[in-house]
Amino acid sequence: MSALATTLRPYLAVCAGRFQLTLQYRTAALAGFVTQLWFGVIRVLIFAAFYAGGSAHAPMSLRNAIDYTWLGQAFLVFLPWNADPDVADMVRTGAVAYERLRPVDSYAWWFMRAIAWSTGRVLPRAALMFAFAGLVMPLLGLGFWGLAPPPSLAQGALFALSAVAVVLLSAAITVLINVAMVSVMDERGPNILAAPFVNFFSGMIVPLAFFPDWLRPFLRAQPLAGLVDIPFSIWFGGLTGWSAVGFIALQFGWVVVLALFGHWALERVMRRLVVQGG
Amino acid sequence: MLNALSLYGRYVTTSIRAQMAYPGGLMMMVAGQFLVTVIEFLGIWAMFQRFGHIAGWTLGEVALFYGLVSVIFAIADTITRGFDVFGSAYVKTGGFDRLLLRPRSPALQLFGHEFRLTRIGRLTQGVGVFIFGAATIRFAFAPAALPILLFAVAGGVALFSGLLILQATLAFWTVESLEAVNILTYGGEAAAEYPLNVYAGWFRNFLIWIVPIGCVSYLPMLAALGRPDPLGAPGWFLPLAPVAGFAFLGVALFIWRYGVSRYASAGG
Repeated sequence: MSALATTLRPYLAVCAGRFQLTLQYRTAALAGFVTQLWFGVIRVLIFAAFYAGGSAHAPMSLRNAIDYTWLGQAFLVFLPWNADPDVADMVRTGAVAYERLRPVDSYAWWFMRAIAWSTGRVLPRAALMFAFAGLVMPLLGLGFWGLAPPPSLAQGALFALSAVAVVLLSAAITVLINVAMVSVMDERGPNILAAPFVNFFSGMIVPLAFFPDWLRPFLRAQPLAGLVDIPFSIWFGGLTGWSAVGFIALQFGWVVVLALFGHWALERVMRRLVVQGG
Repeated sequence: MLNALSLYGRYVTTSIRAQMAYPGGLMMMVAGQFLVTVIEFLGIWAMFQRFGHIAGWTLGEVALFYGLVSVIFAIADTITRGFDVFGSAYVKTGGFDRLLLRPRSPALQLFGHEFRLTRIGRLTQGVGVFIFGAATIRFAFAPAALPILLFAVAGGVALFSGLLILQATLAFWTVESLEAVNILTYGGEAAAEYPLNVYAGWFRNFLIWIVPIGCVSYLPMLAALGRPDPLGAPGWFLPLAPVAGFAFLGVALFIWRYGVSRYASAGG
């Protein structure tokens, strides 16, 4: 047991340290919240206008689409759009070579950094968004337009479990983008390609259910759906019982697959790493 | 005036040459911009597959509104980079002192900061969506439509430039560039992708009277389509509405002058 604790200690330390560091950026969190709120309002108004014209073919109710929108705005920063900026700096300066000198597993090290980076930014933004859409709006009499709680305690618990998978999935994809960046020695290309795919296939642009029905099994099965579409559908009760459990298992399954692949790819890229000058 | 224009031309050519030094990187950024916006439009397409229309507008019609504001934003984004990074790149570093020493207007020099070729990606997508929309609804161009639309683009670029100038002016007090202005630039663009009558009244009024994005996209687009405003704006006003964009730029420049007069260098 103590051997395990010793092994884990550096990883937990890097995670805790970076988490606290990231939490310090309060102005950025506030600016992020205001921006997300504004975009949330636009999305809700557009949904309302579409539904007002008749919702016979809509795959979910307007109420659910509104919940989905606010959750998306609250958890937006979980979306792995970019390589880890600190790792990008290392790549630019050549300091990435030092990563090989540490007596730790580089993949796990970067994975823990990514977890701290995303959760440290998400928590303050999500807290503000939940407070506004979940409490302030109902108090102002705008409850229909705000964020409703999950329909049952069990559904809430399933959502919490699914949210844990979101954190891990987001970190696994961030490290994959890191690996792509190290292999081309530039973060701009991978960053620019990652964002549109993540936005589309996660269900951030529109919930995946709005795409043609025959596409649905494919869209839900791919790994990015586990970032947005699956957890949010669980929140408002679009996925319940064993089918929710099955999709949560799918999320964790993708975490394992992407982590194994990422570990293999990182080792491979690092072995070929050439640092120029110094 | 002519001298200022030729100086601006020099800024632009220098900037373009600098960006062409890495053609591979540039192409990738252009392709990325294009991809981001195309994928975004796929989302709108999916919504129309489900609902058929929004407040009576079909996908082809919405594509025209979307394309117009996308083109406006792409051009404005190309030329206003200097104001976007003004806080961190000029005020914080004291670099603005150097601009003030030169015998040319600082605003002109900031417009010359960078001419962002990467925005070609977004511009292409905007034009593409507009053509898609025009083809879908078999849009018969009235002879007046083209000048109306060009005027709208000019007014729109003036409006977004005004917003960026206000953002830069705030940096005289906040030092860092204030990202909250993004809700008006990016957020305003996002809102204007749909015809404004789909929105609730308070939101619509904000986009016409406070930050007049509706005046440079929604109203002139109605004029180009030959449609009356469903909300009752007078018909003669529709093609003239983009004037509001120039007025906004004028007010922004006035406030900018005041900011410059209050500027005290951080030294260094």
